Amino acid sequence: MKPAPFEYYVPDSIEHALDLMSQHAGEAKILAGGQSLVPAMNFRIVQPSVLIDLNRVEQLSYIREEGDAIHVGSMTRERHLEFDTSLAKRIPLLTEATPFIAHPQIRNRGTIGGSIVNADPAAELPVLMLALDARLKARNVAGERWVDAQGFFAGMFTTALEPDEILVEIEIPFLSPRTGWSFMEVAPRAGDYALMGVAALVTLDESGKCKSAKLVYLNAGDGPVDAKEAAKSLEGKTLNDVLFESTAEIVSEKEINPFGNIHTSPEFQRHLAKVLTKKALKQAAQRAGESQ
Amino acid sequence: MTQSITINVTVNEKEYKCEVEPRLLLSDFLRHELGLTGTHVGCEHGVCGACTILFNGESMRSCLIFAVQADGHNITTVEGLSSPHFGGIEGGLHPLQQSFWEAHGLQCGYCTPGILMTLVPFLKENPNPTEDEIRHALSGNLCRCTGYQHIVDAVKLASEKIRELEK
Ligand SMILES: Cc1cc2nc3c(=O)[nH]c(=O)nc-3n(C[C@H](O)[C@H](O)[C@H](O)COP(=O)(O)OP(=O)(O)OC[C@H]3O[C@@H](n4cnc5c(N)ncnc54)[C@H](O)[C@@H]3O)c2cc1C
Ligand code: FES
Ligand code: FES
Repeated sequence: MKPAPFEYYVPDSIEHALDLMSQHAGEAKILAGGQSLVPAMNFRIVQPSVLIDLNRVEQLSYIREEGDAIHVGSMTRERHLEFDTSLAKRIPLLTEATPFIAHPQIRNRGTIGGSIVNADPAAELPVLMLALDARLKARNVAGERWVDAQGFFAGMFTTALEPDEILVEIEIPFLSPRTGWSFMEVAPRAGDYALMGVAALVTLDESGKCKSAKLVYLNAGDGPVDAKEAAKSLEGKTLNDVLFESTAEIVSEKEINPFGNIHTSPEFQRHLAKVLTKKALKQAAQRAGESQ
Repeated sequence: MTQSITINVTVNEKEYKCEVEPRLLLSDFLRHELGLTGTHVGCEHGVCGACTILFNGESMRSCLIFAVQADGHNITTVEGLSSPHFGGIEGGLHPLQQSFWEAHGLQCGYCTPGILMTLVPFLKENPNPTEDEIRHALSGNLCRCTGYQHIVDAVKLASEKIRELEK
């Protein structure tokens, strides 16, 4: 058999899962969709001695509107994000970006929580969480806490979760009025991890000038990269191609730190970041204008 | 001591009760325990698509699911595709299989079961796909022989056949 032996538990409630996590803290891993964990176990890159399978905790699978945010249970499949109508209406950036995650066969099983906790710098969902100012709810037997996406990602495959904590819910605020969005990436083949990608948001003020912007990149460093200086350079300005050119320059020269991989050099990634930034800003600004 | 867990699982409309070790992959369970060797195994890390099966009707990688997780669930493999339940003909082939035959959609056949199990739900969702949509749907399945062109032709033929049958 491929994976190393492990003890297997399959709780049917969050409380039961939290009890198991506290009993086995440090040696247990959560099994969500398994689309990142099981490949690593098959190669014995990871060999957890205890697996706690959340696939029967039905309480963790939902998408619902509450106030001016959408709350998503951590075990919600990536495929459900793709087809949810309230997400499409309130947070279209997420709907537009989800089909870029892997292939349908992977999205049928992979979960939003699993992708966020996995914290792969090349993954789409961590980038989207930063771009959308999401908040993440972690629980252990003692209680719960909320962590901002900004404070959650702590480097390559690393998060702020403690060993006995489970990510249970994600809260994503609706896009604010007069906001346009764009998600673009370049991958060798549809469904592959992208060489470079960007999530862009542009909010206009009443006069049509840029009130605020957000630019977050994947595969551009050791986690999702929030290009704050570049986004700031747009504030208070009338948006146009000349401005986008200089913003893209800031991103590519100063804010990202791509490592390259077997498919690309870091220089090519910087080039892609520049091109994608200009295109994404243009689309986001246009959409923001249309929503006025 | 190794843990052993009893599971009840329906595979191709037949019920099985088995004892499994938790680390047994669903792909290996199907092949080694049930003898259903139509499900192929290529990479065992989710990339090649050869092991794709239907889990409660949705296409998934059987190399990334443990057999214990299939307890109480409904699995379909390529061996079950010709069932009338999927629009197949008893004792014959599913229209998609028939089309692969007629359009030469395979050479060595290693990738074929996974491709069929990916495309059956795809054609249900999208009965009249464009060539671009077909190629996109195939992006999660590697074929090292055909160059994909004949696979695309087979899918087009199948979509015509299925629409004709449903008239
Ligand atoms: C061929 C292939 C291509 C892929 N391409 C892409 C791609 O292009 N883009 C992309 O973003 N992803 C891609 N993925 C990864 C996919 O999106 C995974 O589904 C996702 O990264 C992990 O989600 P999961 O639910 O499967 O988590 P799992 O694999 O089950 O878990 C991942 C990690 O998170 C931990 N964990 C999971 N859930 C929780 C929780 N609720 N609380 C605490 N810890 C938890 C686990 O212990 C584990 O360490 C690809 C995967 C494959 C196999
Ligand atoms: S063997 Fe499962 S995807 Fe390759
Ligand atoms: S026919 Fe040989 S791999 Fe596809």
